[in-house]
Amino acid sequence: MSLTVGVLSIQGDIQENLVSTKAAIDELGIDGKVIAVRTPDEISQLDGLIIPGGESTTIGQLSLVNGSLKILKEKIQSGMPVLGICAGMIMLSNTANDRVVGKTDQPLLDIFDIKLERNSFGRQKQSFESDISLDSIDIPKFNGVFIRAPSVSDVGSDVEILSKFNDRIVAIKKGNVIGISFHPELTEDTSVHKYFINLVNDSKN
Amino acid sequence: MLPLSGERQDAKGIISDKINSIDTLRGSSTVKRGFAHMLKNGVVMDVTNVEQAQIAEEAGAVSVMVLDKLPSEVRKAGGVARTASIRIIEEIMDSVTIPVMAKCRIGHVNEALVLQETDVDMIDESEVLTPADELRHIWKWDFTTPVVNGARSLAEALRRIEEGASMIRTKGEPGTGNVAEAIKHIKKVNDELRMIKSIYDSGDNQELVRMAREFKVSYDIVEQTAKLGRLPVVNFAAGGIATPADAAYLMSLGCDGIFVGSGIFNSDDAKERARAIVLATTFWNESDKVKEAQKMIDERQSMLGLDVNTLELRMQDRGGSA
Repeated sequence: MSLTVGVLSIQGDIQENLVSTKAAIDELGIDGKVIAVRTPDEISQLDGLIIPGGESTTIGQLSLVNGSLKILKEKIQSGMPVLGICAGMIMLSNTANDRVVGKTDQPLLDIFDIKLERNSFGRQKQSFESDISLDSIDIPKFNGVFIRAPSVSDVGSDVEILSKFNDRIVAIKKGNVIGISFHPELTEDTSVHKYFINLVNDSKN
Repeated sequence: MLPLSGERQDAKGIISDKINSIDTLRGSSTVKRGFAHMLKNGVVMDVTNVEQAQIAEEAGAVSVMVLDKLPSEVRKAGGVARTASIRIIEEIMDSVTIPVMAKCRIGHVNEALVLQETDVDMIDESEVLTPADELRHIWKWDFTTPVVNGARSLAEALRRIEEGASMIRTKGEPGTGNVAEAIKHIKKVNDELRMIKSIYDSGDNQELVRMAREFKVSYDIVEQTAKLGRLPVVNFAAGGIATPADAAYLMSLGCDGIFVGSGIFNSDDAKERARAIVLATTFWNESDKVKEAQKMIDERQSMLGLDVNTLELRMQDRGGSA
């Protein structure tokens, strides 16, 4: 059966994720398509969803406005695979603290039971790229691009750690839900997107 | 994927570092341009104090730009306009979670260095302030902090990108509440992109070389841009945007996002207007939502605005020939 993967198109680098996902689907030779989604109707048709990088406060507030936050949560709870990138990972968490400002009052999906810090590595000047590894999902080397990235300091018992950078957790998984602090869509390496597409494919078939 | 990964070998802004013996790279093109990609489909709002910055964040802005005076006030005040007070920038950085930008004068290397040291997330080398060098812009490859520049044409945009700009915006005519110039600039950039793309597609290399000479940029960047059919960095609209419909129109012309200067905090309904412009930018292609956004504002509260044909000071012409 053909897969339909969506990229939440509220704010952020939507186009880049559409391109990376399309490349991943093509490389895997899977029958599927990727579309930009925004409305509850569009979201309800999906087999998998990527929440892209951007500003989590903006994405949260605006997906609350058009009712997509509610349907998103229902779909995830009923097992739809989701990949949350940077702001997307923040959206999937249960609480968010900013490194400078402290606890933030922003709409979240409350899927991951984690201790997350926003802008954890500092401001833009401290943003960086570095090789990381996600050994447990067979990606031994990946160019991690971290942009004002969040990190996780502690996880609940049902959350699996996929990668750490310098003792900080930068990739996590709970069932079919993945959160990563870095931006694979800003690189030409499609391995993280391919891993996600396979997850979507397995969950559907 | 980023459209281009052009990196100058002599780029001093790149810092090779180790964090606990792990090799890291800061200030690379991927990291600097990547930051701008995270702002896409969002609104950056000009603010002059903490209260305005918090209103902007609550309204859903993706970033705030700190100025000493709003562009319309700069226009009224006259004199020399410089970078904002560092103390105010720092106060704002401590009070919002979204990225904070600030403006420096065109060509003023040390104002930009001060802003980089202050740790703002992006520097706007801006025509709203009084230019410090009429011949040269800042050599932005030397900066670890990304820099955004204004452009009225493809030639100007490519010249700035060759100097290391990580993001481009239209110049428009700042502080007028008049969107006409921003529309003119993005349409010109789009027309010129279409033109060089069709030249590239026809395989006429001689004509591409001629375009590079006319644009005063290298052949390489013209060829890469022509192949892409779009600017190799994120391109926002700026200058004179005052209403939700203004924002939606510029998004429909292919802009990646919106800068709003005087339009919000010079109106009498700043809170509602900030929110409405964010909604119209996000949902620009859903006409019912843009209408709802437009309904949130009262035209009688809009900034009065200025006719661009009768201006004494045309900010967009500053630094344009360089």
